[in-house]
Amino acid sequence: MLSSEEREEIEREFAHYPTKEAVCIDAMKIVQRRRGWISDESLQDIAGLLGMSVDEVDGVASFYNLIFRKPVGRHVIMICDSVSCWIMGYEKLRTQLTSRLGIKMGETTPDGRFTLLPIVCLGACDHAPVMMIDNETHRDLDPEKIDAVLEKYT
Amino acid sequence: MTKIFVDGRPFDVPENQSMLQACLTLGFDLPYFCWHPALGSVGACRQCAVKQYRDEKDSRGRIVMSCMTPVAEGVRISIRDAESVSFRAAVIEGLMQSHPHDCPVCDEGGECHLQDMTVMTGHAYRRYRFSKRTFRNQNLGPLVNHEMNRCIQCYRCVRYYREYAGGHDLKEFVLRNLVYFGRQNDGVLENEFAGNLVEICPTGVFTDKTLKQHYTRKWDLQLAPSVCVHCGIGCNTSPGERYGTLRRIVNRYNGEVNGYFLCDRGRFGYEFVNSPERLRQPRLQKGGQGETADGPVALVHARKLLDGGKVIGIGSPRASLEANFALRTLVGQERFFAGVEDEEHRLTARMLEILRSGLARSPSLGEIEKADAVLVLGEDVTQTAPRMALSLRQSVRQQPFELVDKLQIPRWLDHAAREAVQDAKGPFFVAAPHPTKLDDVAAATYRASPDDLARLGFAVAHAIDSSAPDVPQLTDGVRALAGRIAEALKNAKRPLVVSGPSLKCEALIQAAANVAWALCRAGKPAALSFTAPECNTLGLGLMAARPLGEAQQALKSGEADTIVILENDLYRRAPREQVDALLASARHLIVLDYLETSTTHKAEVVFPSAPFAECEGTFISNEGRAQRAFQVYVPEGGIRAAWQWLRDLLIASGANGAAAWQGVDDVLKTLAGSLPAFSAVPQAAPSAAFRMAGEKVAREPHRYSGRTAMHANINVSEPKPPDDPESPLSFSMEGVSEQPPPALIPFFWSPGWNSIQSVNKFQQEIAGPLRGGDPGVRVIEPAKPTEPDGPAGPDGNARADFLGAPPAVFEPQPDRVLLVPIYHVFGSDETSQRAPAIRELTPKPYVALDSEAARRFGLNDGDLAEVAVNGAVERLPVKVRDGMAAGVAGLPVGLPGIENCRLPAWARITRP
Ligand code: SF4
Ligand code: SF4
Ligand code: FES
Ligand code: FES
Repeated sequence: MLSSEEREEIEREFAHYPTKEAVCIDAMKIVQRRRGWISDESLQDIAGLLGMSVDEVDGVASFYNLIFRKPVGRHVIMICDSVSCWIMGYEKLRTQLTSRLGIKMGETTPDGRFTLLPIVCLGACDHAPVMMIDNETHRDLDPEKIDAVLEKYT
Repeated sequence: MTKIFVDGRPFDVPENQSMLQACLTLGFDLPYFCWHPALGSVGACRQCAVKQYRDEKDSRGRIVMSCMTPVAEGVRISIRDAESVSFRAAVIEGLMQSHPHDCPVCDEGGECHLQDMTVMTGHAYRRYRFSKRTFRNQNLGPLVNHEMNRCIQCYRCVRYYREYAGGHDLKEFVLRNLVYFGRQNDGVLENEFAGNLVEICPTGVFTDKTLKQHYTRKWDLQLAPSVCVHCGIGCNTSPGERYGTLRRIVNRYNGEVNGYFLCDRGRFGYEFVNSPERLRQPRLQKGGQGETADGPVALVHARKLLDGGKVIGIGSPRASLEANFALRTLVGQERFFAGVEDEEHRLTARMLEILRSGLARSPSLGEIEKADAVLVLGEDVTQTAPRMALSLRQSVRQQPFELVDKLQIPRWLDHAAREAVQDAKGPFFVAAPHPTKLDDVAAATYRASPDDLARLGFAVAHAIDSSAPDVPQLTDGVRALAGRIAEALKNAKRPLVVSGPSLKCEALIQAAANVAWALCRAGKPAALSFTAPECNTLGLGLMAARPLGEAQQALKSGEADTIVILENDLYRRAPREQVDALLASARHLIVLDYLETSTTHKAEVVFPSAPFAECEGTFISNEGRAQRAFQVYVPEGGIRAAWQWLRDLLIASGANGAAAWQGVDDVLKTLAGSLPAFSAVPQAAPSAAFRMAGEKVAREPHRYSGRTAMHANINVSEPKPPDDPESPLSFSMEGVSEQPPPALIPFFWSPGWNSIQSVNKFQQEIAGPLRGGDPGVRVIEPAKPTEPDGPAGPDGNARADFLGAPPAVFEPQPDRVLLVPIYHVFGSDETSQRAPAIRELTPKPYVALDSEAARRFGLNDGDLAEVAVNGAVERLPVKVRDGMAAGVAGLPVGLPGIENCRLPAWARITRP
């Protein structure tokens, strides 16, 4: 069930859009901000609130790679695999990350600390290779810097 | 007409269409995927690319999508241009990249648009060497099978399902090369028209799950043009048979009736024909034991029973005209009774009278789709005349189309047109006792008891024409609603009123007629459509049979002592005690039917008759269209058409005239000659004498395989195909090589076009009538057609006196509820409910209560309630259904387990 804060926050958005369906993305962001991800149950609750079918809400959810339909770790690492970063050594970075964390792309560390995901160009090509952890962008990376960066996140 | 150039050749084509459509009409083979004639163009798949040139000097040109390019004066395109050819080949190579290449095990194989288009573009060799994306499939219920790996992302399925059919539980998910078409979770597709996905999807993603149980390739099926028998709409179908069982049904395009689509009851209800409960041999009752007998023995026995001459016949709305007429001839006009509930009989007569003597014409489904303001009065159309609901759903686009026209967006440019109108819908009003599936497109709904619904109708008529009876004691709210509806109908160009007999309320039918007539008198070409419960309700209605209730009288008075019942289970028509009494007072009972029923159990002689697909017959739809259904295959055992059994009984009883009845044509000729209402019926299809270049139409595709081997386990010599002198079709793969006339098309196929999309090649223009005109002949017309300009009526052109008077205000009762009938697309129809796939979707009996009423009676959803109605008490689980009219509750009718129950009726509901 949605909490009353979640519900109220979503309902506040209704005023900004011509239809309830249009609030769909915002509603999922609101729920994800509090819970980290969108469970099947949250999906149903949001659908009910917006007068949509679960199929319709999941159609939107599954389209956006920043809406998580599976639980994620406390911190989400998104490593850019687009062309500039690829040229500048994305692959080495990835190897370093996966070996340090002991997980593959798309997985979460057993201690629930990190989830590792790929992402398309972060708009910081001039500082490639780049990755983003939660809302923070880390630029001009190389494999040696990874440990120091990860340390900041507990 | 506009001049266009295709590969340098000039053609005159109508405007208002895309170049793709024009090219297909002209007979060019141009591949496409995302375009569908009923869905319009979105330009998504890029398969229909052609080169367009500025003028005759332009030799370079540019690639455009033909489906997105409007026909306009002087447009020049090339299909053959080398660059376009390789572009199209590249597109299909991309689409096929992850395709599993599993045609041999794919149910679509042999009638697959993707196969056809792949061959057409010449993509014969796969270069892609990497792994393919694969998906998990879903269980979508008993009707539609899902195999996502075959998807080419054309988006037709979701466009059809969501935008056309109004469904919500099918969607596209994810993105890029992982786009997935399905439901959020496994589960039965909710929409009543989901089965059309089988034909909409150009590949083998969505296929017919019932066909899978007894799979046969299209080219191995024996087919014939047929008509659906599961409601009164009369959709045209192509049933296919192999090894003596029916394998599946596909749509048979009729531009005026079903167009490209069927409902799921009609598509999947056919399996009753294969039921183990079929009657296959005549049966004689001897000392309480049923004994099978040969036809001649049974006929001799039956003739003896008829000898006394005191025989009455009970006809049937699910039997053909031929069968009903043969029975009527056997027993005599005064002894022919309608095999329906008396109230239904009376209402059918009313509806016929209104349609034949009034001002308003009954529209075809094609016309319903084009109505621009609609009032539905007292019908849950999705459940009682399903295919009509799909047409009504399209009608709400008509008024918004005017904005689309103003913006100069072609209507067929589907997403541009939808984007332009956003959520705008034309005026559409639903008045019913409970929520209906069309409420989502309604501008307003009104929920009330049948009488109050009729009062709304009368008020609308009065608001349009003050000489129509006024309605006393109308609340302000209802008067305002009536005014709003009246205004919308008056301002429309093609207003439509839909009603019917479902609520057994004559006032509703009168009110609907009054609204339509008031509009006609105001100079509007209003249409009036009544639903009809069964496939030949109107055909039987036109035969002026006596009401069933009088049959008891006839037996009591000694007027008769023997009953012949035609394809009818009387226990579905009247309460058990009454039927028991009726049958008990007959000395002899002869029943003809194809399925075992409670009625056949009581018969002294049972003749196994042939259902649709096993015999030929003519039916009159709710529109008043007489349509012929042809025999698909020769059944095994002693089965014969009911009219043939009856004819033989006639001959045995010495009626020599009947001996001339060799085929359906002869029966219809006698019928047309003796009852003027049927004079046009023989024109519904060409006669048995039809030949093209000396040949009949083949029921089997010319690739039909195994003919010499399929019966080898019985006899190594190939059997001679059954003779069929009384039909324009042959049980063979040899036949006319040209396109047959529209009423005789057994299946759609054209060289290079193996899928059902080959229908393009059979139409005068895309989505227009079939070449030679859409099948069927209208036999019900208003007394004088309404003139679009100039009121008819008062000057005596046709009857235009308003009918009836508004009923009194409905008073809800604290201790009782008015129980109204609730209909189910899956379950309420007698024959389709005996098809396994439909049975799986049929609800269990229940009583529907509003939450307020449930609270009042101390009941919760799922509780058992005692329902006392019509002197009997039933125990039924409660279904809380919100939005029921105050004071009204509902009981599903026609479901297995719910015996005939005369509704509406007052009922007491209590906790046991
Ligand atoms: S499932 Fe069929 S209709 Fe739907 S997108 Fe795929 S190929 Fe097209
Ligand atoms: S049941 Fe009625 S609406 Fe459905 S396909 Fe048959 S005739 Fe058409
Ligand atoms: S490619 Fe990585 S930030 Fe642009
Ligand atoms: S049919 Fe024209 S782009 Fe798909």
